[in-house]
Amino acid sequence: MKEFFSLGLVRGLVYQFFGALAGIGIISGIRALMGLETAGSFGFSEPAWVFGALLGAITFLFGSGVLDDWLKWAAGEETADHHDGSHLGWRRYFGPSLDHKVIGIQYLVTALFVMAVGGSLALVFRTELAASGLQFLTTTFQVFQQNGMQLYNTLMSLHGMLMIVSILLGIAALMNYAVPLLIGARDMAFPRLNAFSFWIAVPAAIILLSSLFLGGFDTGWTGYPPLSARAPLGMQMFFLGVSLAGFSSILGGLNILATVIRLRVPGMAPFRMPIFVWASVATSIISLTATQLIGLSFQMVMLQRLFGLGFFDPAKGGNPVLFQHLFWFYSHPAVYVFVLPGLGIISELLPVFVRKPLFGYRWVAMSSLGIALVGFLVWGHHMFTSGMAEYLRVPFMYSTLLVAVPTGVKFFSWVGTVWRGKISFPTPMLYVLAGIIVFLMGGLTGPPNATVATDLHLHDTYYIVGHFHDTMFGGYIFPFFAAIYFWFPKVTGRRMNETLGKIQFWLLTPSFLALTFSMMQVGLLGMRRRVADYDPALGFDLSHLVMTISGFLVAASALLFIINLIHSARKGEPAPGNIWDSRSPEWQVASPMPVENYEIPFEVVGEPYDYGMPGSKFVEFKRGRHESK
Amino acid sequence: MKHMLLIGILVAISTISIHTGLDSIGLLPPQASAQAIAIDELFEWHVWMISFLFSLIVVTLVYSLIAFRRRRGETGDGAHIEGHAGLEVLWTMAPLFVVVYLAFIGAQSLGETRRVDPSALEVDVIAGQWFWRFEYPGQGVVSTELVLPVDRQVYLRMESLDVIHSFWVPEFRVKQDIVPGQVTELRITPIMTGSYKVLCAELCGTSHAYMEAVVIVLDESDFADWLAGQSASVEDDPVARGRRLSEQNGCLACHSVDGSQKVGPTWTGLFGSQVRLADDSVALADENFIISSILDPDMQVVEGYTAGVMPSNYRDLFEESQLDDIVAYIISLGK
Repeated sequence: MKEFFSLGLVRGLVYQFFGALAGIGIISGIRALMGLETAGSFGFSEPAWVFGALLGAITFLFGSGVLDDWLKWAAGEETADHHDGSHLGWRRYFGPSLDHKVIGIQYLVTALFVMAVGGSLALVFRTELAASGLQFLTTTFQVFQQNGMQLYNTLMSLHGMLMIVSILLGIAALMNYAVPLLIGARDMAFPRLNAFSFWIAVPAAIILLSSLFLGGFDTGWTGYPPLSARAPLGMQMFFLGVSLAGFSSILGGLNILATVIRLRVPGMAPFRMPIFVWASVATSIISLTATQLIGLSFQMVMLQRLFGLGFFDPAKGGNPVLFQHLFWFYSHPAVYVFVLPGLGIISELLPVFVRKPLFGYRWVAMSSLGIALVGFLVWGHHMFTSGMAEYLRVPFMYSTLLVAVPTGVKFFSWVGTVWRGKISFPTPMLYVLAGIIVFLMGGLTGPPNATVATDLHLHDTYYIVGHFHDTMFGGYIFPFFAAIYFWFPKVTGRRMNETLGKIQFWLLTPSFLALTFSMMQVGLLGMRRRVADYDPALGFDLSHLVMTISGFLVAASALLFIINLIHSARKGEPAPGNIWDSRSPEWQVASPMPVENYEIPFEVVGEPYDYGMPGSKFVEFKRGRHESK
Repeated sequence: MKHMLLIGILVAISTISIHTGLDSIGLLPPQASAQAIAIDELFEWHVWMISFLFSLIVVTLVYSLIAFRRRRGETGDGAHIEGHAGLEVLWTMAPLFVVVYLAFIGAQSLGETRRVDPSALEVDVIAGQWFWRFEYPGQGVVSTELVLPVDRQVYLRMESLDVIHSFWVPEFRVKQDIVPGQVTELRITPIMTGSYKVLCAELCGTSHAYMEAVVIVLDESDFADWLAGQSASVEDDPVARGRRLSEQNGCLACHSVDGSQKVGPTWTGLFGSQVRLADDSVALADENFIISSILDPDMQVVEGYTAGVMPSNYRDLFEESQLDDIVAYIISLGK
């Protein structure tokens, strides 16, 4: 029991609970003294709940122990440079660790957990949509002080944001684990900041989830005012949770950039970095510089609700469209944050299984930066119907279509890579190939949204829903699975079950394609997004039934993946060596990776992807020099 | 070279079959406005482009996977090809020209949908949670159905009373958000008589899914008849006025008048009944109760219903006499 309460996670949660209570108490006390109303929906006033949630998040950080080293430094004490937590066994995963590999796994498990919750919410409302009319989320249905239709809106909105948070955690997992290994660093540049970036996401996710129980919110993940300015209390929890999770992204991005700039091994010139590192750099530039804007826009609505500031309230001279500009200035580049690492994974793994160099390495590297930079100039395409100044629509159309150019370079280069290879198809390769095709579907269905006239029809329909699910699955989910199947042996010393992996693949891919194809088809024909019910006269019942069944099959494949993960971690076939025959440095040493990463340092002596060139090497381990040290 | 020829043939076959397949399943609703014609032309370009690019990449990829697969017992690596600068320049520049051209015809198409006809019929659109109301200025006509003449441009001036809504008739293609504090506009030229639906396309709260209204396109003479019929029928019966107000302000989207269950309590048999409230007290549904429930909906929430669902801006929308009309209508629905 004592051991249980010594876990950072458990202590953090206990601290968060009491911190939140204290925060609610403080504000309620102050309000009572000022003669203001202290009661409200869910017992206390909205300011009390918001302050309580914020204070709870801060006390979580103290309780978890992630601030300990900084507090000691502030008090003038010294701390160990690098905590070796390996004697803690599994318990090191439940408290702050400074090891980038442990943090990577912490991110991964949290990402999978959030993905499972967010995905389950989708199953609930997908079931509701299986036929027209209200099935069980009816107006008489009541739960968490919401009727069925309100709950539908909450579930749909929360699904969106939980999946986004899960993706951010998932790419943080991949970058945290892989980037230091790929560039030969012992750890990230700022290990404590790295731990902080992870641990702030935990209370943030809890606050975000609490919105479901505090009245929910009915705005979708975009939270547009004035609707969000009058939504239930859950709205504030959503805004606060996302704002806090934003710190994770910003600081994580900073850390990756510093690590890549400062900690590469000798000889690793920028154009000799593994391509995934380039993708991580491009992603981190965006998350470091754009995330602030979504936090800002959400906090402005929070303040509008708490203090009556009229930023977006037309009655006070505010402008609701301003919110959309601020929101999309992050949220469009954010989709490139989601997909660039995945596209990097595709480029990273493809040469290994094709046994050929990555075609046009420099062009692929630069295309990531190109996408990241152009991505900052296109946010207005989410607002073609919004009532923003009409003349802005044409320049945003041009800039948006330009994204197709660097994206095209990636596709053509992948095709160039497989050309005349010697291609084998283990599980990770299947996910890489499906990722390419699904992302291609997402990419090609984009231009009709970019040209304004066609977007006037498509905006806010199921076509958009199908389009972005294709980009998210092709750009993130498929490569994410590929990466886990690929690097799992590095983490555990065992490989994942190939048969289960292939069953999962053939379960996931066709059902997912059926899902998004049906979405786009009904969207074109007039199906609005974000509706709990649809007119049976539209004749969409069959398509929706197909989508619901496909949705459940996708969920079943995810379940199979988690089973495979747990099973293989315990009983998987041992795989201590370079099972993929990769040139990358992390595969030149035994798995699982030692705590201090490379016991013998290496230097880069060649190109990363020179498969097919006899005698060439990417890295060389300098045993002699190490021993003389 | 043999590979290239084969791929070229396969790409061509695949492009044409994908295009034919997409066309045959029917991708778009009927074309009922002049704007839809311009927009669908652009869609046609997109469908061709999607069919071609999808085929180009997927055919080449799948062909390679089959032709260059590792055969049983085969060892060693593939050909050492690092890249080809000429190809990279080609597949950077060619898409660049294509997208710039696409943006150019996209702008032309947009211009086509925004073409102004000075003799357009003006209609004011009022959107609120969760109803549509259409006013024909100068005619004194207010309607919950949007009735339009065929082959004449209509100029919609749209305002929202509360949150953001969006005007969309799929058969007309074009869509425009309606933003509080701002008048947005849309121009549509119906070209086909018939009955359609305007749908709210921007999530606007609990009953968003049901925020729709009927759109009827009539030929010129039928439209004139409709307009004349509407402006003649000024009601002097308070119950009839109350019913119209309830329809035009969205009350009936949530409150049924036939006893059925909707988002809010039914009005049938409401007047004079004993109502159990969420705080377990019981109230008599008299005139005062009904008026205060309209003006401050969250003060007395009926048991089984949720606070915060009903908009609380009716104080600004209704005059006192109008509230009396609505109460008269509710009284007429029986005790």
